[in-house]
This record gives sequence, C-alpha cells and structure tokens, in this order.
Amino acid sequence: MGKSYLRNILSAVSFLLMAASLYMVFVYVPTEATMGIVQRIFYLMVPVAWLSLLSFLIVFIGSILYLRKKQSRWDVLARSSAEIGIIFTTLTLITGSLWARPVWGVWWTWEPRLTATLVLWFIYLAYFLARSLAAEEHRGATFAAVVGILGFVDVPIIGLATTLWRGIHPGALIFQGGLAPSMLLTLMVSLAAFTALYSLLLLQRISMKNDEIEIKRLLGLTAERHNTGDR
Amino acid sequence: MRFLSKALVITWKDALSEMRTKEVLSSVVVFALLVIVIFNFAFGASQEKMLLVAPGILWVTFTFAGMLSINRAFIPEKEQGCLEGLMVCPISREAIYIGKMLGSLLFMLIVEAIALPIFTFLFNLPVLSLQLVVVTVLATLGFVAVGTLFSALAVNTKAREMVLPILFLPIVVPLIISAVKASELALSRESWATLASWLGIMGAFDVIFLVVSFLVFAFVIEE
Repeated sequence: MGKSYLRNILSAVSFLLMAASLYMVFVYVPTEATMGIVQRIFYLMVPVAWLSLLSFLIVFIGSILYLRKKQSRWDVLARSSAEIGIIFTTLTLITGSLWARPVWGVWWTWEPRLTATLVLWFIYLAYFLARSLAAEEHRGATFAAVVGILGFVDVPIIGLATTLWRGIHPGALIFQGGLAPSMLLTLMVSLAAFTALYSLLLLQRISMKNDEIEIKRLLGLTAERHNTGDR
Repeated sequence: MRFLSKALVITWKDALSEMRTKEVLSSVVVFALLVIVIFNFAFGASQEKMLLVAPGILWVTFTFAGMLSINRAFIPEKEQGCLEGLMVCPISREAIYIGKMLGSLLFMLIVEAIALPIFTFLFNLPVLSLQLVVVTVLATLGFVAVGTLFSALAVNTKAREMVLPILFLPIVVPLIISAVKASELALSRESWATLASWLGIMGAFDVIFLVVSFLVFAFVIEE
C-alpha cells in the first residue's frame, strides 16, 4: 500500500501548492504595468504549456521502453501521460487565445509558440488515433508508441521552424527582460503546483488503468471457467 | 554493402511492377496537374498574385500527390500477400524499409520532375533553378522517410488510407513550412545564404527521421 500513501502525500502537496499559487497570482503579485490585469493568465499559461511538454517527454520515454521490453506497464505509463497531456495542451491553446484577445486584439494569431502547440495537439490526436484504429490491442500500443517517438522527436524541429517562420514574438521579451522577483517567485510556485498535480494525476490514471487490466483478466478467467463448466 | 544490395532489389521490384502497370505514376501525375489547374481557378490567374501564392500551390500539390503515392506503397503488398513474402525472406526489416523508401523517393522525384516544368510553363515562373531543385529533393526525402513508415503502419489498421494524412501531416509540418519559405525565396531569386537556415532545417529533419524511422520500422510490420 506504499503507492496509495505516496498518492495521499502528493494530493496534500498539490492542494497546498495550488492554494498558495492562487493566493500569489491574485493577491500577492503586482499587476503588470503595460499589459494590465490580463498578464495574470501568464501564471496559468506557462505551467500548462510546460505540462504539455513534460507529458510528451513521459510519453516518449514510455514508448521507447514499451518497444524495447514489450511490457504493458510502459504502455500504460505512456498512454496515461498522453491522456493528461492532451488536456493540458488544449488548456494551453485556450489560455493562449484568452491572452491573445486583449493583447493583440484577435483570438488566434499564427504566433510561433501557439502554432507549435497546435501542431503538438494534432500529434497527440494522431497518437490516440493510431491506437484506436489497430485491430488488436498490442498492435495499437505499438503503433501509438511509434507515433509517440516520432512526435516527440519532431517537437524541437517544429519549434525551430515556426519561430523562423514568424520571427520572435513579444512574449519572448518576458524572458529576455527578466521578470520582477515577485513575479518569478509566483511563476515558480505555480509551476511546482502544476507539476505536483501532474504527478498525482499520472499515478491515479496508471492505477486506474492497471485495475482495468486486472478486471479484464478476471472477466476472461471467469468466462473460461464458465465455458469449461458447461461442457 | 550486402544490406544495400538487398534493399535495392526491393526498390527494383517496385520499379519493375510500376513500369509494367504504370498504375501509380500515371494517376499521380494527372492528379498533380489537376490540382495545379484547380488552384489556378481558386486564386485567379493574374501574374502578381501567382508569384505570391505559387510556393503554396507547389507544395500543397506535392504534399497531396506524395500522400497519394506513398499510400500505395504498402496497399498492393498487403492485398496480394507480398508483405508476408517479404517478411519470410532472409532480409532484415530495415532493408525492407530502405528498399521501399528508395522506391517511393524515386516515384515522387519522377512525378516532381514532370510537374515542375509544367508548373513553370503554366504559371510563367522561373521554377527551374538549382535552388528549387535542392529544396525539392530535400523536402521529398523527408516526406518519404516519414511517409514509408506511416504507410506501413496505416496498412495494418482498419481505416487504411484514411489514416495516413492524419498521422503524416502533423509530423511533416516543419518540412512544409521550410519548403514553402525556401521556394518563396528561390522564386524571388535570393542568394543561397538567405536560404541556408531553411535548407538546414530540412537537412536536419531528413537525417533525424531517416534514422528514427529506420530504427522503429521493424515494430510496425511485425505480426
């Protein structure tokens, strides 16, 4: 029962960090001078964008290990991370739009990072599609792993190509100019809170998936007993 | 060396069956021409407008035509049980990948070699330059490197040719961006130095995806 212990600790940690980051975002941190109140989205957007990349890294690692070792637990890891990843990628696109509207006056701009995130979102979709269209489950897992590996390798190239395509965007100035210490601290707490939440969700999803596999196995077993009993 | 000769046998097999049937090549060339003509209607035929949209038309045409021909790379193999035959042959899976990849590369380059002069002729553009040839070859190599792998994957799924574009297009986005931008620069007769960063991205893409696809191909066709 060590795992549920770990999950309890993670729940507590992410709850506390999340509460702290909410306080810091809305009360502690000063409003940004040029962009105004909308700049506070920044403390949500950066962590969810970070998680969409982190999830894909875990998908990549899980996929490689699955292809090497053919153990279903690596596929469970990759798949669970991809499920969480596509949610955070969607959130990145939504918060990106919410940011773009007041700052640039449009919901969507073909801004390099937003574009790269959109492509990442499509690759996540391809990951699930490759799995669902395979005839057998283990083939689907293999196909998904292949998409997971190619997709992750593609991410830096997509980033490079979209950046060169559109030139440097205003957001990059935030990092170049350096953040005020209070803003940096708020960002760090938010990042920590979301990373803890990610770990919690991942563990939760993996244990759910494992339970599903176990139930399927048991159902198969009872069906077999039943059949042989009839004869 | 023996590895390469084995791969080339597979390429030769594909070329031979194509020479006898002319199934893929003829339909893909006609398809490419039709796309060019339809784009002409979509954008209107004025010369200034054409210079703006030409790189886009060129690469949409090549992407669709490429997808059509790459899709065919494994479907006949699967339908006629040839894939099983290849897999029981005493050759590595990697040799199958390289062989099929070279075959698709050859087909696509032939299609492009026919379509590019016609493109020049129809739109009155200076398409036939060394720069554009280099851009086309680099982009096509990346296309078939990824395409051959996904074609083998798609043929083993329930939806077959429907799957390929959805898997393939997001991955080749950087290639399409670079090809369009580099063609744009080449058409306005810029120097090689301005093209360098785009050619660099395409070169890196080609090398990385040839290696990665080579490594994972065996898992895709495994029964």
